[in-house]
Amino acid sequence: MEQLITNLKTEIIEVLNLSELTPESIDENAPLFVEGLGLDSIDALELIVLLEKKYGLKLGTAEEGKKVLRSVRSMAEFITENKKG
Amino acid sequence: MMDNKYSIRDYCIIRNQKVVQGGKVLFEGNEMLPAFFFAGLYKHLGVNYPKFHKMDNLCKLGFLAAEILLGNKKMNHRYSPDGSGIVLFNAASSLDTDRNHQLSIHDRSAYFPSPSVFVYTLANIVIGEICIRHKFFGESTFFIEEKFDALRLFSYVKQLFDEDLVKCCIAGWIELNGNQYDGVLYLVEKTTPDIDGIAIFEPGKLSEIYSQRS
Amino acid sequence: MKAGETGIRLWKDDCLAPVPFWASRVDSSVLERRFSTFANPEEFTRFEQLAICSVQEALQNTSIKPTGERTLFILSTTKGNIDVLDRNISSPFDESRVYLWNTAQLLQRFFNLHHRPVVVSNACISGVLAIIIGSRLIRSGQYDHVIVTGADLVTEFVLSGFNSFLSLCAGPCKPFDKERQGLSLGEGAGTLILTADRDSILAKDSIEIGPGFSSNDANHISGPSRTGEGLYIAIRRTLEKTDHIIDYVSAHGTATPYNDEMESIALTRAGLQHVPVNSLKGYWGHTLGTAGVIESVAGIQGMRHNLLINTLGFNQIGVTHPIAVINKTKESTINTFLKIASGFGGCNASLLFYK
Repeated sequence: MEQLITNLKTEIIEVLNLSELTPESIDENAPLFVEGLGLDSIDALELIVLLEKKYGLKLGTAEEGKKVLRSVRSMAEFITENKKG
Repeated sequence: MMDNKYSIRDYCIIRNQKVVQGGKVLFEGNEMLPAFFFAGLYKHLGVNYPKFHKMDNLCKLGFLAAEILLGNKKMNHRYSPDGSGIVLFNAASSLDTDRNHQLSIHDRSAYFPSPSVFVYTLANIVIGEICIRHKFFGESTFFIEEKFDALRLFSYVKQLFDEDLVKCCIAGWIELNGNQYDGVLYLVEKTTPDIDGIAIFEPGKLSEIYSQRS
Repeated sequence: MKAGETGIRLWKDDCLAPVPFWASRVDSSVLERRFSTFANPEEFTRFEQLAICSVQEALQNTSIKPTGERTLFILSTTKGNIDVLDRNISSPFDESRVYLWNTAQLLQRFFNLHHRPVVVSNACISGVLAIIIGSRLIRSGQYDHVIVTGADLVTEFVLSGFNSFLSLCAGPCKPFDKERQGLSLGEGAGTLILTADRDSILAKDSIEIGPGFSSNDANHISGPSRTGEGLYIAIRRTLEKTDHIIDYVSAHGTATPYNDEMESIALTRAGLQHVPVNSLKGYWGHTLGTAGVIESVAGIQGMRHNLLINTLGFNQIGVTHPIAVINKTKESTINTFLKIASGFGGCNASLLFYK
């Protein structure tokens, strides 16, 4: 799980162009939206693409998205619970 | 036609890895590729705006040119926010990013269109980015022309001033296509040229500035 | 529209999307047949055929010649010939066709226009903005006539993009409705001919173009302002410049959760919450650069016939500010209407038409 969290932080920085951040500076338990990293609606959609592209997992609705994308840890938990193979 | 005179208060040219503002060279970079050159200029200007890194190259070009013109002028304190306008022209529209988006959907077996790419497949997004940064709520339009046309820019912007639709206007040519880029922005205001401006706002002066050798 | 039918259908077209999608499309064989009465369809892209057909049909109803020195042509489009970039389809057309200035030159040659066309490419407000600009240019004294044409296609390029935004509806869109889930894409072309020449207009039938404004939310590049700031500013400035009472509002009404909510806020802030309002996108989808033009044309026709058109797809109000959504086509005296639009980049536009 911890390795996954580290990987996710790097991937998030990359796909969201957060080039002024380092993985170490992201708190995996902090909210990604509103507070914390203050990501916006396009970032949320981009993370949905990341989950599908890198981890083969589909999120269809905004509701599901809100829960899964709450924090880096909740994303990691979702991946761990649902990843095939 | 009313015979009002407006002034070019300042201008900025970004081309050939060089940045000129109001007649002085502001920055020179070595990087040929736009992305790297713009990153260098961003750093040189000391801007703190993380959203910059999400922008596509066209928006970075427009954002930086506007930043140079407006960064220190506190535009929104001079005029009401809805009196500030933006009128831009280019030839390639958002083609640079259009190609990226097209690539992402080319292969059905690796079909991952990206929302953060798609949102930049409209030329007027660069206007949006400038408005967000500088709190411009006023009139704006993006036009497409094959080449910079000083007369067309002049006629339309002049009319915005004549009809009192804007009190100040960022106008110019923001073009980017692959590794070619050409950014020329004018800051036009409803003030007396002799006192505040670099020059009278008129087509000849716009052409002269645009055609400056870099 | 009077029959209450929608043009939005379910399509299975692998060239445009890997899964079936809902959209309103123009029948290509009908288009080609109509275009072939003007020129050889093989030499023109689908987009060009749409635009040209629209202009030709409009010109048939007027004595205004497009070739005059005092006539200007304005093209409104978001993506033009973007489908020529698609390397999966063997297109006979060169990639250089994608440049909108190239399209402008083509139209200039085709219609023998005196002046190079102006091209407005400003997201979904392009159509309304083009009409505003056309009327400004006539008022400036530079031109006597302006032909405004809007055109855009349903393409894989745009479908895939809106899909990545999760903003497409599975089914025909439902503007302002409680159950709305997103927009339906549409394609088409529309033309409006503006003129200062009062002699060439049938006085009984003429419609005046009133004040119009564009504005920006200065908030976010894709999401509309939560306070409807930009649209409110554009509407407010329009209302300040006229004594007319607004009889009807033709909203943008894309049926996305955020757009319709924002419009209800902006209209209420502007004091127009009791004015009958509809969205026509339930009939032909969101036609992007065409939308502002064809929806203005439809508004003008509605005004001429004193008919308020039902908001197809709407059943129950689903926005926090209860605006007066038209839910049944009915007769009503319409002397003025306001056309409003919003688009990516935080842009907004508002334009008054009156008898």
